[in-house]
Amino acid sequence: MIRKSAVEMAAALAKGETTSLALTQAHLDQIAAVDGAVHAFLHVDTEGALAQAGAIDKARAAGEKLSPLAGIPLALKDVLTQKGVPTTCGSKILEGWRPPYDSTVVTNLKRAGIVILGKTNMDEFAMGSSTENSAYGPTHNPWDLTRIPGGSGGGSSAALAAFEAPLAIGTDTGGSIRQPAAVTGTVGVKPTYGGVSRYGLVAFSSSLDQAGPCARTVLDTALLHEAIAGHDVRDATSINAPVPQVVAAAKSGDVKGLKIGVIKELNGDGYQAGVRTRFDESLQLLAAAGAEIIEVSCPNFEYALAAYYLIAPSECSSNLARFDAMRYGIRVGDEAGASAESVMNLTREVGFGREVKRRIILGTYALSSGYYDAYYGSAQKVRTLITHDFIRAFEKCDVLVSPTCPTTAFKIGEKASDPLAMYLNDIATIPVNMAGIGGMSLPCGLAPEDGLPVGFQIMAPAMQDQRMYSVGAALEAALLSKWGAPLLSQIPALAGSK
Amino acid sequence: MSPVTYDEVLAKYEPVLGLEVHVELNTKSKMFCGCTTEFGGAPNTQTCPVCLGMPGALPVVNEKAIESTILIGLALNCSIAPFSRFARKNYFYPDMPKNFQISQYDEPICVNGYVDVAIDTDGGPQTFRVEIERVHMEEDTGKSLHVGGATGRIHGADYSLLDYNRAGIPLVEIVTKIIPGTGKYAPEVAKAYVAELRDILRSLGVSDVRMEQGSLRCDANVSLRLIGVETLGTRSETKNVNSLRSVERAIRGEMIRHAELLNKGEKVKQETRHFQEDTGLTRSGRSKEQAEDYRYFQEPDLVPVAPDAAWIETLRAGLPEQPTLRRKRLQSEWSVPDKEMAAMINADALDIVEATVKLGADPAKARSWWLGEISRLANEREVALTDLPISPTDVAAIVALIAEGELTDKLARQVIEGVVAGEGTPAQVIAARGFKVVNDDSALLAAIEVACAAQPETAQKVRDGHLPAAGALIGIVMKETKGQADAARVRELLLQHLGHTI
Repeated sequence: MIRKSAVEMAAALAKGETTSLALTQAHLDQIAAVDGAVHAFLHVDTEGALAQAGAIDKARAAGEKLSPLAGIPLALKDVLTQKGVPTTCGSKILEGWRPPYDSTVVTNLKRAGIVILGKTNMDEFAMGSSTENSAYGPTHNPWDLTRIPGGSGGGSSAALAAFEAPLAIGTDTGGSIRQPAAVTGTVGVKPTYGGVSRYGLVAFSSSLDQAGPCARTVLDTALLHEAIAGHDVRDATSINAPVPQVVAAAKSGDVKGLKIGVIKELNGDGYQAGVRTRFDESLQLLAAAGAEIIEVSCPNFEYALAAYYLIAPSECSSNLARFDAMRYGIRVGDEAGASAESVMNLTREVGFGREVKRRIILGTYALSSGYYDAYYGSAQKVRTLITHDFIRAFEKCDVLVSPTCPTTAFKIGEKASDPLAMYLNDIATIPVNMAGIGGMSLPCGLAPEDGLPVGFQIMAPAMQDQRMYSVGAALEAALLSKWGAPLLSQIPALAGSK
Repeated sequence: MSPVTYDEVLAKYEPVLGLEVHVELNTKSKMFCGCTTEFGGAPNTQTCPVCLGMPGALPVVNEKAIESTILIGLALNCSIAPFSRFARKNYFYPDMPKNFQISQYDEPICVNGYVDVAIDTDGGPQTFRVEIERVHMEEDTGKSLHVGGATGRIHGADYSLLDYNRAGIPLVEIVTKIIPGTGKYAPEVAKAYVAELRDILRSLGVSDVRMEQGSLRCDANVSLRLIGVETLGTRSETKNVNSLRSVERAIRGEMIRHAELLNKGEKVKQETRHFQEDTGLTRSGRSKEQAEDYRYFQEPDLVPVAPDAAWIETLRAGLPEQPTLRRKRLQSEWSVPDKEMAAMINADALDIVEATVKLGADPAKARSWWLGEISRLANEREVALTDLPISPTDVAAIVALIAEGELTDKLARQVIEGVVAGEGTPAQVIAARGFKVVNDDSALLAAIEVACAAQPETAQKVRDGHLPAAGALIGIVMKETKGQADAARVRELLLQHLGHTI
């Protein structure tokens, strides 16, 4: 059962073939069996999950009308608050903090009856592309445990690939949903900025952060998308408009006559051969399904990475200032006679990891008077140029596509000491965040040279998220008929896996 | 070197002012969350994840606060920006939950206004125009209480307590352009400006404007330049100026302090100074020489404020009577001469007199008590008139008792003293002190007989027509009746008693 899609699980629940309690227990068992090797979870809320599952079963037995995903288990990235459940953001500094409130995403999940199994591992404060920056140790890619599962949301995507959960929530600031999805052979969507409330999402870079759905199929992802999206009065940047009809789009999967633009700048040199092979094959499948493939140019994408690494650290330097040992989290050096300043310094010294410190320092510098215009100011201008590139491109086509990442999953430790090489992994995902539009990654095969999953990225204009689902569903169907079985059926069995 | 007098400062230097006033709005909820703004709650009971800056919490702008700020801007003759933004002001302090303050930086909501203030000068009433640079919105910080240590400051304290009830209360900051040309009247102009602002804010109903509770706080920037010189001198910024009187004292004090430094050939340090209510002097706070870098950038959690033009016009149309116009109206209704009107405004007595008149007191009488005896007591105690523990209700009651002949002016003064001393309402003071006007003629005649018997020769002089001698006898009668007699009536009865027809 745990290897099925959420839609199949929901059907089994509806028919009474299983219960949410049994389904939840099966996933908890799988976590117990494999998570020692994968380390997708930072906290498993056994009691809370079973209680929630029991309540859903009771409601179902009482004949209450339930939402489509009611009773299905989910893995929650540890960057979203859940009342009373530890939330660390993968950082030492928040060790032991139990938030006094639910994030809006969690409120929406609970309202939909989705069972939250626990909190998943991530790069500290979502800064990284491998989960190696977690203060609690890295997550391992279920396809090859010596490799990274992507980041920052590596825990969520690994949980899906290891069948520890059929649904997961990620957050995407520069690719943290899509890149982990790509390297684990799963589906991940970064909705349009403002499509899902950020209330209770511990901020890394407020103007870029966006929570989104992760699953193993496009339709599962769409159902989760509709469950968590919508306007929220607690988030001033949340869009006050109807949620795009993503489930309907995922069900139809129609691309006839659709114009698909291939971004010239996000392909070619620097992209692994196997990645390019699978990407090109996918384009052919979409063309065969009736889409028109054209090439477009986005010349300013060249500057996206540099601008991102000014904007995101600048905002993070301010967002992370609140971690000062005064109100929550750990406190170091609080001895008689110690000043508030020294306690704060010692706490931040111990509590923050190297990458977080690097970005705080970078951002503090970029915002300093005298440097602001050259750095933060220029980066904002680049952001506008990137947005204009997208607008021009979308005048010619309905969606844009590219490989999600230049490479397949790299080895744990391979890039840990080279931040620049690590940053380059996000080159194809970052423009989407800069422009605030939507992006999806779905698996498009294994690279012939290393047998590891390759991600196909689809980008749609703001508030046109349904287009990604149409294209994604079409490609998924074409690939499935080509392969005869989902890509994840090829994943090597983990020791002890059910 | 002997201290410099105020006149000596003015002989050589011209003061230039700049005033920053922070106003706490009286919205029901905080600037960015739904917590109550009520004053005086138990520490940290009026907080939520948003105003505590919990990880993940987000601000949402209080629309009422925007409305109040626009009203303030309109009343101060400002332009209202069609598009303005919030910015983060980054600095670390434990009473600031997020370690940044949401404020406005280069895109404030109101700009370029003015306030005309009238003060009483040697040449009669004169109006000064104070130009407003900007009016912007921000959130207040929490409060720290530093326990132990000599100074009550964070350095040297044993420990500190933090109360976040105030964190996130909407603040409006009103910043003037530089104010030159006020000369010797600089302290008065500053005081009158703050008083005028307070009156405007009160008339708008957007703030409690209580300086003693900190809902209106003034930072006074002062610099001196040699007369005739264009270049501005170095300024000091005095904080903690918590009453109108302190505004005046702080500026006067800073002018003298600057002049003393400059005369010695020393430089004025650009720094924040704290006003000391007890001494009227300022002490050095943090130095601004190494200017703090707040790393302002636009607040990514909030969308720009773009008020609808029609809404602004609706607000403009609903503005209340301007305090200056109100003053003109009251002056004519009460038939008050210019000079006395200026004195009343100067003493910040307009509201209190109006309230007393509304309770039925004759305007002239109400004015004369507030500006006379009660002002004298306020001066003695070095507090503002409105800070004395006597209310318009008390004064209206006293005026009524005098009119009814229940009190003499002399007794009334003692009643006021008693009320101010905390002995209760006028009625309670009268009862406790046993005040009773003796208007019983037989009691007075008995006392007159005692007086004439005591000084028969004086009585004879009066009988013989030497009327000024009556004073001595009246004195005895007043003493006999413990001052509770009406002296005029005593004189009447005494003269009749000694054979004169009145």
